Amino acid sequence: MRLELKDLHVHYGKIEAIKGISVVVNQGEIVTLIGANGAGKTTTLKTISGLRKVSSGQILFDGQDISTVPAHERVDLGISQAPEGRGIFPGMTVLENLEMGKFNRKDRKSEMDEDLDKVYTLFPRLKERASQAGGTLSGGEQQMLAIGRALMARPKVLLLDEPSMGLAPQMIANIFRIITEINKTGVTILLVEQNAQQALQRAHRAYILETGNVVKEAKASDLLNDPAVREAYLGTGAH
Amino acid sequence: MINLRDKGAEFWERSNRPVRVLTVFAIMAVVAALPYAGNTFLQTPVAAFDAVLVYPMGMFILMALGLNVVVGKSGMLDLGYVAFFAVGAYTMAILGTRTGLNTWEIMPIGIAAAMFAGVLLAIPTLRLRGDYLAIVTLGFGEIVRVSALNTEAIGGALGIAGVPFPPGLGFEYQLLDQKYFYWTILVMILLVIWVIRRLTVRRPGRAWESIRQDEDAAELMGVSTYKYKIWAFVFGAAIGGGAGVFYASRSMVIAPDNFTLNTSILILACVVFGGMGNIWGVIVGATILGYLPDRFRFLSDARLLLFGLVLVVFMNLRPEGILPRKKREKAIVKKGSGASL
Ligand SMILES: Nc1ncnc2c1ncn2[C@@H]1O[C@H](COP(=O)(O)OP(=O)(O)OP(=O)(O)O)[C@@H](O)[C@H]1O
Ligand SMILES: [Mg+2]
Repeated sequence: MRLELKDLHVHYGKIEAIKGISVVVNQGEIVTLIGANGAGKTTTLKTISGLRKVSSGQILFDGQDISTVPAHERVDLGISQAPEGRGIFPGMTVLENLEMGKFNRKDRKSEMDEDLDKVYTLFPRLKERASQAGGTLSGGEQQMLAIGRALMARPKVLLLDEPSMGLAPQMIANIFRIITEINKTGVTILLVEQNAQQALQRAHRAYILETGNVVKEAKASDLLNDPAVREAYLGTGAH
Repeated sequence: MINLRDKGAEFWERSNRPVRVLTVFAIMAVVAALPYAGNTFLQTPVAAFDAVLVYPMGMFILMALGLNVVVGKSGMLDLGYVAFFAVGAYTMAILGTRTGLNTWEIMPIGIAAAMFAGVLLAIPTLRLRGDYLAIVTLGFGEIVRVSALNTEAIGGALGIAGVPFPPGLGFEYQLLDQKYFYWTILVMILLVIWVIRRLTVRRPGRAWESIRQDEDAAELMGVSTYKYKIWAFVFGAAIGGGAGVFYASRSMVIAPDNFTLNTSILILACVVFGGMGNIWGVIVGATILGYLPDRFRFLSDARLLLFGLVLVVFMNLRPEGILPRKKREKAIVKKGSGASL
């Protein structure tokens, strides 16, 4: 698995939200994309998963340009996204939501049970709530469901859009621990976060996005110690 | 107010197989016997009760079931549904008066024609969402009607007369005693219910449901939303077309006036009034809205006022419809709300 964005441009109408970024995600990595509100993080993920069209540039997945492949086919290639704001199906139960994650592989019954088991092991809470409606879950549980559902498709690369959004501190630590755990099972992760502190601690490499441009690319640990970065994104810069 | 849907579901869950079978037979027997109830309090003052059972009631149920797949199950607001009914009816009228084909032979052709119209409408419009889709479908319904109105070859404003009755199947279809028409439409309704229920528990049902709840998320799950939306449209169109064929064959005369925006709105009202997304609710809604205007015909113009009043009062008492869809589906996700465990 290797995901590469090459000089990617994305527009909303006339507005250019992504202004020619290049990003590489290698097999087994956790790569994080951090940046302020409106920097274009969500847009980048949506473009990789296919919900937004590429204006110019390439999305290379294992060397193949997939920028014209429709979103629903990219899942089958191995790209899964847990969308911003969770995007679960509120009227379906937890179990039905998870089953939706396997929409195109549903015929494989044994695979279904096996993967449900895996998700339930990662998120025991989901098992307890299997027959509860997605829309009645707490915010944290919905986040677990969104991640669990994305895993059901057996992704090679998992795109996570602000998994910590709206969560209590203790829960945030928990979600990040689980993200690392998922990564250890061989799933590559591209993580978008506002919570730069946690993201940089967990990630191998990081890109900083500012108004549609990549302004910095470095090892995550280096950024954690970079005074300028600390000032701008961690709120703990030297005064 | 009591939740009829949950009461019904509860009864069904509690019952064992013999009780269920008996219930179904009892209901079927009562429903099938309705044409004989013409002399009771159910009697409609102007039109004969057995005729009212066929149209509007039976037809409305059939169309509401079809529209429900589009609006209730897939969440696309279609305000031009009458167009498919019209395509089916005109196919029947044209072929029935100009070829030797009978109603049953024309039925698949009428359905296919309506499906084709569905594809024609769906391909350019289904990239639109919400209000925009509603406006475009509304326009489509009007285009079909106005085209018929202005095409002299199919009768223009006068429409087509002399559409033949369906050939009998060991009995004769009659104008003055419409119980055979009624029973035929019952069979059509049962068939449609069966197909819809089968589809609902399979992939198309799941796909439509996911599209209605969150289209982007559905796409991320690997659902080809465009394809399934077209399918919902075409499937709904097929039912509308089939109803249209039968309608023309029973009415003998059809004209563009039978296919106005009013009908689209009324069918939509049946769906919403009964309970969007729940086929039993939709059937109840169409039954009531099909029946009431004829029952209160003696009120002449005031009946429409009363009709409107009933709608307003009921929708306030039961905003989800008479028999709403499963309760859990009412839950609304608060996107990005601050939350912890
Ligand atoms: N549907 C849309 N139509 C028009 N402009 C949009 C749309 N979605 C996003 N934008 C714009 O594109 C830019 C990037 O938005 P994006 O959602 O990618 O930011 P983000 O980095 O994810 O921000 P946040 O941290 O607040 O989620 C913003 O200026 C935003 O206003
Ligand atoms: Mg965002």
